[in-house]
Amino acid sequence: MTDKKQSLIDQNLQDLNNDGVDRRGFLKCMAWAGTGLVWTMSGGIPGSRAFAKVYGKDSGNGGDFSFVQISDSHIGFNKPANPDVIATLQTAINKINAMPHKPDFIIHTGDLSQLSKPSEFDTLEQTLKGASAKQIYFVPGEHDMLTDNGEQYLQRFGKGTKGAGWYSFDHQGVHFVGLVNVANLKAGGMGSLGHEQLQWLEDDLKGRSASSPIVLFAHIPLWTIYPDWGWGTDDSEQALSYVKRFGSVTVLNGHIHQIMQKIEGKVSFHTAMSTAFPQPAPGTAPSAGPMKVSADQLQRVLGITDVNYLVSGRSLAIVDSPLGDPVSSVSGNGRGLVVVDPVVG
Amino acid sequence: MTTKNVWIAGLAVPVMIAMLLLAGSPSVTANDQPSAANAEVKIDNFSFGPQTLTVSVGTTVVWTNRDDIPHTVVSTDGVFKSKVRDTDEKFSYTFTKAGTYPYFCSVHPKMTGKVVVQ
Repeated sequence: MTDKKQSLIDQNLQDLNNDGVDRRGFLKCMAWAGTGLVWTMSGGIPGSRAFAKVYGKDSGNGGDFSFVQISDSHIGFNKPANPDVIATLQTAINKINAMPHKPDFIIHTGDLSQLSKPSEFDTLEQTLKGASAKQIYFVPGEHDMLTDNGEQYLQRFGKGTKGAGWYSFDHQGVHFVGLVNVANLKAGGMGSLGHEQLQWLEDDLKGRSASSPIVLFAHIPLWTIYPDWGWGTDDSEQALSYVKRFGSVTVLNGHIHQIMQKIEGKVSFHTAMSTAFPQPAPGTAPSAGPMKVSADQLQRVLGITDVNYLVSGRSLAIVDSPLGDPVSSVSGNGRGLVVVDPVVG
Repeated sequence: MTTKNVWIAGLAVPVMIAMLLLAGSPSVTANDQPSAANAEVKIDNFSFGPQTLTVSVGTTVVWTNRDDIPHTVVSTDGVFKSKVRDTDEKFSYTFTKAGTYPYFCSVHPKMTGKVVVQ
């Protein structure tokens, strides 16, 4: 890697870790670029990783695996900018099925439906059956709990889970925890995990080796992105205090329909694009909500997230791909190392 | 302008608004009394407008969701609770007792409002 590229990466990471305007500006550009992104976490030290390597011969070797995150399908939504959210979900599935390395499973981080209607859940289930990965893990979004406090969601997508739908599982040495922060929300507040779930989480993590990589996933971001729009979780600090001792923690969220990320110590936070419609960057519109973009732009602001776990480096590499051109916005140097062009946007 | 004219202008505006509200709101319940007043709250851009609405006892308040995203209208104290309201759907509640009624959207709890019944 050239010194220039390295300093670029360092600068980006520094920006991500500060709360200043730089990060906002950077993230704003990022959200719009619809870029592919590659980050790895290794022993708490973030660095870039070769895009080619992630997709190439490195993957699939001894214990390495990948999974895909999709989010915010909003089946039932039919307004501008996307009158056909089933078609864009299908495009996302086609993209997953076309991956050179088969993902072991899919995580859906909520807002499966627009209005929690049985027909919407039916359509989502049917459409996802076309995915090559048969195992799909869900957490609910607020749109999935609209009519019956999430009863229907639990029956269809949350069998065997606890409380409002939280659970954990292990896959090849990585511990995954699905959390629910959209139930019993309080007036004036943001997302909420609640006492019962926090207690369960503490117990769930107790006794696990600090070297075990942890992946937390939930619908609303578990870090405060923009409180005015409720883009955060009131009691996420408590949850994060339980994972502080672990060497590698990855937090995957949806809800905001755009890519944002932050690295804080050994914890890396990441939000995914929607498969249905984009939302404005924080503070750039009077409110959150569907953002109207032209038809040709739509495929660039919807997408999927591919997460690659590499046993050798105990690291997770996250690649976001828009439904449209997957690599156009990713730049690399001669040695295959990839950085996100900081001047995009 | 004389003092008297200012007073008349000041009175005329709320009277006109009240008349418009009465004229513009169709009956929301089957047993609406002719004397019952209606008042409106509009949901726009993830907020209730007006955020604080003051009405007299017996007023029926009608909430209309004008966002592209579903919302709810839920009393913080459990007095009333709407079903989920999608775009252009309405919810109404008739306030029969004086008091202050805080409420919020249970889907987007940052959205809060208040009805003061006198």
